[in-house]
Amino acid sequence: MSNATLVSTTVNGDPVQFACPTDESLMTALRNRVGLTGVKEGCGTGDCGACSITLDGNLVCSCLVLGVEAEGRDVTTVEGLSQDGELHILQQKFIDHAALQCGICTPGFLIAAKALLDRNANPDETEIRYALAGNLCRCTGYDKIVHAVQDAAKEMRKSSKRKK
Amino acid sequence: MRYATPASAKEAAGLLSKEKGAAFLLAGGTDLLVKLKMGMVEPDLVVDIKRIPKIDQIQTTAKGFTIGAAVSGAAIGEHKGLKAAWPGVVEAANLIGSDQIQGRATLAGNLCNASPAADSVPALIAAGAKAVIVGPLKKRTVPVEKVVQGPGKTCLAKGEVIEAIALPKSDARTGDAYMRFIPRTEMDIAVVGVAISLKLERGVVKSAKVALGAVAPTAVVVPAAARALVGSKLDDKALEKLAIACSAACNPIDDKRGTVEYRTRVAGVLAKRAAKVAFQRAGGAL
Repeated sequence: MSNATLVSTTVNGDPVQFACPTDESLMTALRNRVGLTGVKEGCGTGDCGACSITLDGNLVCSCLVLGVEAEGRDVTTVEGLSQDGELHILQQKFIDHAALQCGICTPGFLIAAKALLDRNANPDETEIRYALAGNLCRCTGYDKIVHAVQDAAKEMRKSSKRKK
Repeated sequence: MRYATPASAKEAAGLLSKEKGAAFLLAGGTDLLVKLKMGMVEPDLVVDIKRIPKIDQIQTTAKGFTIGAAVSGAAIGEHKGLKAAWPGVVEAANLIGSDQIQGRATLAGNLCNASPAADSVPALIAAGAKAVIVGPLKKRTVPVEKVVQGPGKTCLAKGEVIEAIALPKSDARTGDAYMRFIPRTEMDIAVVGVAISLKLERGVVKSAKVALGAVAPTAVVVPAAARALVGSKLDDKALEKLAIACSAACNPIDDKRGTVEYRTRVAGVLAKRAAKVAFQRAGGAL
């Protein structure tokens, strides 16, 4: 591996180190070096959103980030959504609403939907469609995905009320 | 490919100017990484400016706002002061790409990529924005309309780096707006973009600046369009003159998104709409 650089970062709350060539994307590094294959490659050019992650809390396409840029940053992938073996509400609602078929786009949709719900607990349908406009699905169409996000938002609002 | 993370804009400029091979600056990366993937560029050196202190911050100063070269579109959209002062600039910046792209894309990057259809560029021009450019030896400030010199071409010399975009102060009598036309509702490249900034005095337009995007090799300033508005309360006659001036300034291409004729016509229509929004934002009554 020419030009390999050692990168120390945090992925889904755990400290992670990997060595990657300087021109390798974070998407490829996460998949091939960290083993997080929930990060999917669709287009590789930031158009489809299948590789969506959050980087220091910001929603980004990991194909448009260099692996070396992750040094000291905080990365969340779809693998970080479930807690203690329990699916995140969004993941459960995607199953309940059959909001996926082949599943390639699903991790990106989940990460983008979570980013939306983190800043807006009660988005309307238009807001959901705009917020997910950077994620392409070629199987189900988008209605079931929108319904799953709406339902998850409702449930998350209920459970945050219960906690209060 | 070597990867560097300088600690200052001057250091970045030094690295870029000394590099004998192909050197590229990395901020949001939403253009550079696509070109890398497509094999359009083969960098020997990439200089990532995001580790430079304060380069990812928006500073409110006595003169207005200084938006660091690594400030993302998402951060611009969340800045209440900037949104209140220059809503047209913020809406133009936020029209670029998806939420994922907004998480990384920057104003300085949109400017340096020098696409004729860059959404934020006409809005920055109309607002009177300047690029703060740091070179290995000296610093200079250049009005945004002077930065882009052709598709993919800027005025930046080897080693020069845009450190920030500076926006002037705005007041209650200033209003700006940016509108673009695309064939879909989201995620597309402008067929026409129109930015208008104007200042009112007793309900009458005192000064104005009009800039068009996607209708010529670079964004164009249209002084005749601004003159059409000055002295008016945005009556139909002034708006008609504005539309004619904007259409006359178009020198567009034909492509799958729109023909020359279509772009020319739409520029006038959008200009009228953008003028009304800017006028109302400046406190004008229609």
